Amino acid sequence: MTRSLPDRLFDATVAFIATVAVLLCVVPILNVVAVSLSSNSALLGSKVTLWPVEFTLQSYAALWSDKSMIWSLVYTSGMTLLHTGVAMALSVFAAYALSKKRLRGRTALMTMIVVTMYFGGGLIPDYLLIRDLKMLDTVWALVLPGAISVFNLIVLKSFFTNLPDSFEESAVMDGANDVQILLRIVLPLSLPILATISLFYAVSRWNGFMDALFYINSPALYPIQLKLYQIVVNSTALDVVVNEGAGGGSMNLPESIKAAAVVFASVPIILVYPWLQKHFVKGTLIGGIKG
Amino acid sequence: MPKTKARFSFRRDAFLYLLLLLPVVYFVLFRYVPMYGVTIAFKDFNIFSGIWASDWNGWAQFQEIFSTREFYQVVRNTLVLNVLDLVVGFPFPLFLALVINEVRSRRYKKTVQTLIYLPHFLSWVIVGGLVLQVLAPDKGLVNIVLKSLGMAQIDFLTNGPHWVATYVAVGIWQSAGWGTILFLAAMTGISPELYEAAEVDGASRWQRIWKITVPSLTPVIVLLFVLQVGRLTSISFDRPFILGNPLVNDYAQVISTYVYDVGLKSMRFNIATAVGLFQSLVGLVLLLLTNWMAERNGQEGIYK
Repeated sequence: MTRSLPDRLFDATVAFIATVAVLLCVVPILNVVAVSLSSNSALLGSKVTLWPVEFTLQSYAALWSDKSMIWSLVYTSGMTLLHTGVAMALSVFAAYALSKKRLRGRTALMTMIVVTMYFGGGLIPDYLLIRDLKMLDTVWALVLPGAISVFNLIVLKSFFTNLPDSFEESAVMDGANDVQILLRIVLPLSLPILATISLFYAVSRWNGFMDALFYINSPALYPIQLKLYQIVVNSTALDVVVNEGAGGGSMNLPESIKAAAVVFASVPIILVYPWLQKHFVKGTLIGGIKG
Repeated sequence: MPKTKARFSFRRDAFLYLLLLLPVVYFVLFRYVPMYGVTIAFKDFNIFSGIWASDWNGWAQFQEIFSTREFYQVVRNTLVLNVLDLVVGFPFPLFLALVINEVRSRRYKKTVQTLIYLPHFLSWVIVGGLVLQVLAPDKGLVNIVLKSLGMAQIDFLTNGPHWVATYVAVGIWQSAGWGTILFLAAMTGISPELYEAAEVDGASRWQRIWKITVPSLTPVIVLLFVLQVGRLTSISFDRPFILGNPLVNDYAQVISTYVYDVGLKSMRFNIATAVGLFQSLVGLVLLLLTNWMAERNGQEGIYK
């Protein structure tokens, strides 16, 4: 059976709109990649659109020679891992304990936790706390304050609540203690959700910018987003490049170097993206339905 | 046996309380101590004597805020940007989801989804970098294209009203694709029998969308809309801060960035805290109100 003409027209329109949406998403990224791979004279002549003109790796070489960019990537990776580790430990502890209906004070604790979703101190009280804790300009200011996201906690808690009791009951029969039950029974059964929540924490830490802007002063402790912000918006934070590359005493960084920095900072996310996306869709749907 | 369940036994649950120890410390320290810190909005705060020892001075900060022209401008900007996000931005994910749902080839559908979700995973700094590059006045991609079409260059980021339009458009670019997932998930729940019956009755695909898909999505649409209305007075920091610049300050300065400027840059801690408190109280009332409305409409509210 052949499909009717209106039907085929409809399909063509749908495919066309979908393609336009995809192009709109992808074109800016392609443009920046092209700019990062083009020579400065081509850029000044407004010749670069989606394809590199006068192809050169100069910008990447300049970034590579400025060790601070590489350092920032390494440092941010380590910081993200540390944050994710701390966050997962605290979140799992809280979610597992609060998933036990027999626990005294469970409702009161949950109320105390949920209240913080609706009301918080705000920027200045948060800042003063970090200052009083002597955490300003240390990695802890980025690792600890966001260690439990209430949203993630609720998703984890409802997952634990829905695990069948029979597993734990039979483990108790076999003489397993509390620690063994958590480590050998509950956590292995929860691996997919643990992976998803870890990614939630890791991506929001990796992409986090605001708290670094507020709490971090030393360039050596800039996470990648703050570093990139200084390069792209303020044209600073790349000593070597500014001294060597710009030439003519210009205070502005060449556009190609800024573009290369954007690409550079996106690579880690793009590399893990296919995998990331799958987990995020799943996790968001669980949260969306629960929430 | 069931009786022991109800009884309190610290010995039995000692492990659970041990697990709760650090999380409770976390919530008290990082979430409740700053709530106490809010009191500096009502104090003549002196950074050397600290929050406790500083003297109360009542509503002085609020009187000062409400007497400045800047404050009203900042509130206005926040509301204008959020309302535009809601009115202009809201239909896009729905429209995209309807389109994606009609794509016939499964493979192409997957590819489209993967690519339009991508911007959601880029940080605002990266998005800002893309925007500065693509929308640059002279050498930016869009202006190169405009000029080659014989049109005049557009100052996307340095002219106030243009900046507002850019802000909204960039928001759509970053979030419309990702915004489709709840709609798409809801669509998979629509019974295929409905579509089959409509097809037998000779309904066109266009009619099937309007008569089946959209009505089935109404609860989700209403819920998401109401939730976004609840957030009209609160605005994120990264997006306006990163896209903004001094030339468009009259349009781009919003509550979050204003609190940062007044508080951390000018070190007027108590004034900034008072602005933040004003916002979170108004925001709280609006949020609870809309949540209550959502629940009354038979939808599930946020977080029960």
